[in-house]
Amino acid sequence: MSDGEVVIQFEGVTKKFGEHVILSNLNFEIYKNKITTILGFSGAGKSTLLKLILGLSLPSEGTIKVLGQDLAHLENLALREFRRNFGMVFQYAALFDAMTAYKNVEFPLKEFTELRPSERDHKVRHLLTSVGIDEFGMRKLPSELSGGMRKRVGLARALALSPAIMLYDEPTTGLDPITSKMVNDLIVDTAEAHKDRGLTSVIISHDIKATLKISDFIAFLDRGRIVEYLPAKDFVNSDHPLVQEFVHL
Amino acid sequence: MSMSKSHSQHPWIYRAIFDMGSSILHILRGLGKIYLFASHFFYWVWRPPYRLRLVFEQLFFIGNKSVFIIVLSGAFTGMVMAYQTYFGFKLINVDTLVGPVVAISLAKELAPVLSGLIVAGRAGAAMAAQIGTMKVTEQIDALEVMGINSFQYLAAPRIIAGTLALPMLSIIFLFVGCTGAYIVGTKALLIDEAIFYSKLGEFMYLEDLLQGTIKAFFFGFLISLIGTYFGFEVTEGAEGVGRGTNQAVVWGMICVLVLDYFLTSFLIRIL
Repeated sequence: MSDGEVVIQFEGVTKKFGEHVILSNLNFEIYKNKITTILGFSGAGKSTLLKLILGLSLPSEGTIKVLGQDLAHLENLALREFRRNFGMVFQYAALFDAMTAYKNVEFPLKEFTELRPSERDHKVRHLLTSVGIDEFGMRKLPSELSGGMRKRVGLARALALSPAIMLYDEPTTGLDPITSKMVNDLIVDTAEAHKDRGLTSVIISHDIKATLKISDFIAFLDRGRIVEYLPAKDFVNSDHPLVQEFVHL
Repeated sequence: MSMSKSHSQHPWIYRAIFDMGSSILHILRGLGKIYLFASHFFYWVWRPPYRLRLVFEQLFFIGNKSVFIIVLSGAFTGMVMAYQTYFGFKLINVDTLVGPVVAISLAKELAPVLSGLIVAGRAGAAMAAQIGTMKVTEQIDALEVMGINSFQYLAAPRIIAGTLALPMLSIIFLFVGCTGAYIVGTKALLIDEAIFYSKLGEFMYLEDLLQGTIKAFFFGFLISLIGTYFGFEVTEGAEGVGRGTNQAVVWGMICVLVLDYFLTSFLIRIL
């Protein structure tokens, strides 16, 4: 399967913890400007796969190239700098609970950019309003925000450093259907809005309905193996029994 | 064959030995991990970015916010000690030595140790709870994904601040404790003020103050190291945070008392 420029490449990747094999001989590619979803049951190895992409964990065998760079060859400091290519929206947003929504988004800009305070303020407000957080919401602490608003602030924070790759870890888990739809729309809108600079989105999910709607490609992970990897439009027609079982759940 | 027979005859002995061995291994593993954690600190503390603002924030939290309880504890410790020593010393007619005895006890032992125990209970627990909560809510992962070294960002400023704050708190404890002893000694027990001062000057040396301050410096380092270590070790949600906080307090206090013995036996020879 070839569909444009490869951004993330898995070559014979196996991940073991002791004798326990979590991911086994993964060979697949994720393409630039596309939304790719890694789908699978709980315990299939999705979170481990995400950690491998981020370089938070290294493969036991094989190589992972992100933006052409083999993460295993990067020194600690270089790897940390390289991670700024990623923006990540966590399952429960992982906002810094001692900071307001505004401060959460400002944080990476303060840490890594030389922006003047007025420029920084402008950028923070732009990011937050683009995800639908108003002036009142900006001043709230994460504990005072609803689940959907937290996700939106998390998305704004992840976008702050204009990453090349956006990672979404179970973005709709724990949300009601309306908020889930809003989050899914936001993922698509974000991908569209940043298409000109080549934003690639990777979603880890087990929400099949949303996945089919918003993804360009879907990889199905089962017990550490990619058993199916297809464009979203072809995924429902897969003849793999597990995929069929998952689709018809 | 005989082994298995003996095994079945005394299963509780083998179980006890096994449990004891497991506990020892668990403690050794924990000590090894704390040693590695401390090595991380000495590695990262010299490397940029230097987050002075975070150090000052932590100094405010560990230092300023502990002042009230330190003053309260110091005052009552000094006053109680003045009473206790006075009635003992009066029996042998050396009640004028109440001032120096209380001051030396506070300077060398009570001020650093009690300040250490208070800070372990207050700030050590808070460190473990804050970092532990950040861990279970993926805030530490968020820092790492941004490319920020979570150890350098969260642990290093707390350890530096703890190491600097405790000697200052110990000195405040000593000062307030001596003031309490002075008030009780001269106003309630009617020791002559001039004698109280002169005896204090006669028997108390700068080395006594130095010994306590050096101890407090090490206690501060150890308490904040243990507090942050147990924070990073937290797993399994809210229950894990509670367990981590509890362990930080218990081990922080035990380490203060054990280290006090070794520091005393060392400092008493060189000072």
